[in-house]
Amino acid sequence: MKRNKALAVPFMLWAAIFIVVPLVMIVWYGVTVEEPIPYTEIVQEDGTTVFQLEDGSVTAVRPQKKTVVSLSNFRRMFEPTYLRLLLRSFKVAIITTLICLLLGYPVALILTGTDFKRPALWLMLLILPMWMNFLLRTYSWMSILENNGILNNWIASLREMLPAFDEWLTSRGVRRRIIFLYNENAVILGMVYNYLSFMIMPIYTVIEKIDKSLLEAAADLGASPVKSFTRVTLPYSIPGVLEGITMVFVPAVTTFVISQLMGGGKVPLIGDIIQNQFGKSSDWHFGATLSLLVMVVVLAFMGALNKIDKDDEPVKEVRIL
Amino acid sequence: MEKILSIKDLRVVFEDGFTALGGVSIDIGKNEFVTLLGPSGCGKTTLLRCIGGFEKPTSGEILYKGENIIPLPPYKRAINTVFQRYALFPHLNVAQNVAFGPDLRGEDKKKTAAEVERMLKLVGLEGFGKRKIASLSGGQQQRVAIARALINKPDVLLLDEPLAALDLKLRREMQLELKRIQRESGITFIFVTHDQEEALTMSDRIAVMRAGQIQQLGTPEDIYNEPQNAFVADFIGESNILTATMLRDRLVRFLGCDFPCVDSGFGENAEVDIVLRPEDVKLKPIADPVANVPEGVVETLLFKGVHYEMKVRVGESVLLVHSTHARAVGTHVKITIMPEDIQVMHKSETSPDVLRKHAERAL
Ligand SMILES: Nc1ncnc2c1ncn2[C@@H]1O[C@H](COP(=O)(O)OP(=O)(O)OP(=O)(O)O)[C@@H](O)[C@H]1O
Ligand SMILES: [Mg+2]
Repeated sequence: MKRNKALAVPFMLWAAIFIVVPLVMIVWYGVTVEEPIPYTEIVQEDGTTVFQLEDGSVTAVRPQKKTVVSLSNFRRMFEPTYLRLLLRSFKVAIITTLICLLLGYPVALILTGTDFKRPALWLMLLILPMWMNFLLRTYSWMSILENNGILNNWIASLREMLPAFDEWLTSRGVRRRIIFLYNENAVILGMVYNYLSFMIMPIYTVIEKIDKSLLEAAADLGASPVKSFTRVTLPYSIPGVLEGITMVFVPAVTTFVISQLMGGGKVPLIGDIIQNQFGKSSDWHFGATLSLLVMVVVLAFMGALNKIDKDDEPVKEVRIL
Repeated sequence: MEKILSIKDLRVVFEDGFTALGGVSIDIGKNEFVTLLGPSGCGKTTLLRCIGGFEKPTSGEILYKGENIIPLPPYKRAINTVFQRYALFPHLNVAQNVAFGPDLRGEDKKKTAAEVERMLKLVGLEGFGKRKIASLSGGQQQRVAIARALINKPDVLLLDEPLAALDLKLRREMQLELKRIQRESGITFIFVTHDQEEALTMSDRIAVMRAGQIQQLGTPEDIYNEPQNAFVADFIGESNILTATMLRDRLVRFLGCDFPCVDSGFGENAEVDIVLRPEDVKLKPIADPVANVPEGVVETLLFKGVHYEMKVRVGESVLLVHSTHARAVGTHVKITIMPEDIQVMHKSETSPDVLRKHAERAL
């Protein structure tokens, strides 16, 4: 088939400017470091200072740092500090993804159920908070979970009202003000809350698309509702599940805002460190190297998921990314 | 005959207020082959869906071996369905589709595999077990659907136009095969088709449906030879339907002549419809001595393989005639009809439509 190549030009241009160029830059930054140029300062008789470089040449301007190709950042990346952070990021992202799956799948399933009236409305209610600003949402959670927050205040007043409950909590060594925030659990909570709808949507979409006549056929052949689910609905929903996993896992593994807010800096993730390199530490080169690492790991992860999808392939048109 | 299914005054009114079944009653015997026949949208699929358990009737009863099964979900009914739109599982291959029922019941894998092979052979798909559903033609998919239902040896098998996608030759073969299975297995077949010839050759009884109601229930011979109203007569086979006057018992007047017939009990000078099958209308040379019969002119002549089809104008009307004996266009003929070949029917609500349709032939 003859295609009009000219039509692709705007896209290629766009891709070149916004995808290829930044990527090349990241790779370039990743494989280079800034090195100071060694020199000796010589104060001349007239009081001016000149700078002698190692090769003996003399210049009047103070030599700047130079950019040299070096893999030292790659060595640094595998230092235990950073590996630990990467590992923690993965742990937190995997837990988040699992919780989202465990919560999201049943929700999607219930919403697609035949006795469920007006699923669109409910879906909308579920998605609605996501239209609010991301920071606002996370701050709301913080004000709920703070030491002096809504939840702790409720518990406190409950303890006043029910002395038995108070005693029971005290006997189990529960503090007056429970610390909910600034730990890994808080970070996971923040992530689950923010990413849950990314899990529900794709699963809902694939289950919704399952031809109802297939479920009827299964029932006709003697499948109880549970069997219908395991034999028909579940295999069909796998592509949606895989898509949901990617949609949750990828942002979860790279986020830094949630860990900074909900974790209060006590639970740094790989994203925090990368952000740090471009901010406070101002070491763009190392930041780029770490970004490359995360990118490779995420790509490997998605490649693995895609492979599961291919092996399974009940529904063709659903593809990851 | 032992009754297996007894449907009593079944009504289905959909949410939008549409009445798909308006009080259907039918008793079906064990190992009977009953065909539902009727125009598109008359409620055949809806009736099957009620029996299979996929549609909750608005009112009425479905008794299975004497027990009302309406509250039972489909998976608890010993009934299997060949769906009009197949509903095969695309994520499973052909063999897995056919084995779906036995696997659910936890039957022995080896036994099932052998049984699946046997079923596939039965429907002419030997060696197709490993194929993907999407790679099959429509007719092949339809046969997989038949195998998938048959393998369960249900008491009652519902077949919703199971042969519609097959070519004529394959369809004939499958008709024979299904009929043989039904006879040998003792399974009760409830069969839906648009094809009246299929209905006539396969069925023990036919229910002709129209607009959510059974118009006539009877053996193929009954339905063909003694249609109860103009709709049934028109729907089954080719026919001439005319309005007539029943002068008295066993004497009916149409085409301007009086004909002796075998029907009685319509009263005197009653308006009735009559049906004449094209092969029952006999043409005689105009010189034939027979008297008091209509005369006509041959208007068209078509060779149809086994017979000739002629249209003969008699005054305002045109009769469809089948004969092995061709008569040239323009020939003047006399028309005779044996008394037992005239089927007299009461006027019904559908008569005006049917009569109009038949009158239009004359234009
Ligand atoms: N869920 C529904 N809501 C409203 N009307 C419906 C519904 N299902 C079916 N109908 C209508 O009920 C009528 C009977 O449908 P049904 O499928 O039983 O027809 P059918 O006799 O099987 O036709 P065909 O020969 O074309 O398959 C049709 O007019 C159809 O549009
Ligand atoms: Mg139908």
